[in-house]
Amino acid sequence: MSEKPSDTEILEGLAEIVEEVAGVATEDVTAEKSFVDDLDIDSLSMVEIAVQAEDKFGVKIPDDELANLKTVGDAVKYISTNA
Amino acid sequence: MRLATGAKASRILGVGSFQPERIVTNDELSQKMDTTDEWIRERVGIAERRFAGPDEKLVDMAVMAGSKALANSGLSPSDVDTVILANCTMPTQIPNGAAQVADRIGIKAAGAFDLNAACAGFCYALGTASDLVRSGSARRVLVIGAEKLTDWVNPVDRANAIIFADGAGAAVVGPSEEAGIGPVVWGSAGDMVDMIGMTAERHIYQEGQSVFRWATTRIAPIALQALEAAGLQPSDVDVLIPHQANLRIIESIAKKLRAKGAREDMVVADDIVKSGNTSSASIPMAMDHMREAGRIKPGDVALLVGFGAGLSYAGQVVICP
Repeated sequence: MSEKPSDTEILEGLAEIVEEVAGVATEDVTAEKSFVDDLDIDSLSMVEIAVQAEDKFGVKIPDDELANLKTVGDAVKYISTNA
Repeated sequence: MRLATGAKASRILGVGSFQPERIVTNDELSQKMDTTDEWIRERVGIAERRFAGPDEKLVDMAVMAGSKALANSGLSPSDVDTVILANCTMPTQIPNGAAQVADRIGIKAAGAFDLNAACAGFCYALGTASDLVRSGSARRVLVIGAEKLTDWVNPVDRANAIIFADGAGAAVVGPSEEAGIGPVVWGSAGDMVDMIGMTAERHIYQEGQSVFRWATTRIAPIALQALEAAGLQPSDVDVLIPHQANLRIIESIAKKLRAKGAREDMVVADDIVKSGNTSSASIPMAMDHMREAGRIKPGDVALLVGFGAGLSYAGQVVICP
C-alpha cells in the first residue's frame, strides 16, 4: 500500500485473510479475540495468515515475532507499527 | 579425445514401489505419545503409515522397489548399467547402498552411487539419470528413492514420529526419441540449514512453522520454473506429484499452480494419507500407487517437485510411462 493504512483498515484486511485461510466469518475477527483460543486457528494457519498479511501490508512477520501475536489486536498493532 | 554419444532424449520406462507390511495408525501412535488421530489428520493429513521391521533394511526395500520398476519396464537387469540410490537414512556411511542394491538385483558391475538431497533426492537423482543417458555416460539408469526414517526418529517425539515413515520407490530411465523427462530445476538454500536437521541424539528435528512457510511460499515457484524450462504451461499438467511432506503443503502448492492456470481436474498426489512422509521415496511411490489405482495413465504430463533438508529442492516435468 502506498499510504499507511489505518488500524481499521488493517483489521478489515486481516479479517478477510483470516476468513480465506481459516473459514472464520469476518465479523468474528475482532481485536480482543485470541487466534488460537477464540478463533481455533492452528500454528500452520497462522503462518499462512502471516504470509498473506506480509503481501497485503508490505510488512515482515518473522516466525519468532508471529509467536508473540496472540490476539487479533496484537497483529493489528504489529502491522501498524511495522508497515 | 573422443566423446561419448548419448541419446537424443530420455524418458521413464517403468516405475515400482515397496512398503513394509506393518501399518501404523494414528490411534496406535496416540497410545505412545500425546497426540490424537484428529490432530494428526488436521495438521499433516496422515491417516496411517508403514514402519519397517527391525530386520527390514533400507537396501532391502530399495531392492524390492527397484526390481518392481525393472519388471514394470519390461527390461532385464542386464539392460541397466547404472544405479542411483537417493536416500538420507542409511545406517552406515560406508559402504553406500547403491552397489549392494545393484548386485542383489543382478545388475553386474553397475556404476552405482548414493545421492543425498534429503526429500528432494529423487528429483535430483532423476535429473542426474536423465543427463547421464543423454550424455552417453549411461545406457539405462535405475533410480531409487528408499528410506528407513524410523531409524532416525525419536519414537515418542510427537512432532516428528507421527510424520516420518519407511518405504521405497523407483524408476527406470532410458533413451527416447521424444522428450520424456524435462530439464531439472534444482537449487539449495544452505543459509536455512538449521530448519531441518539432526539433534545431538541423532534424531530428526524440524522447525515446523519455518519449514511450512518455506514450502508453501518457495516451492510452487520452483514447480512453475520447471514447467517453463520444459516449454509447458500450467494448464498442460495432468498430474502434480509434490514430495509428500504434509497434505496442507501439497494443497497449497496445488492452489498456487491453479491460480497460475493449472486445471481444476489436475490430479494431485495425496499418497501421504496412507504412506506418511517417506522423504526421497515419496514421489516415485506416489507415482506408482497412482498408476496402480488408475489415477494416472501412460502419456500423462506429470510435474514433480521435491524439497527438504539442506535446504534443497528440485523439480521437473515427466511423461508417465
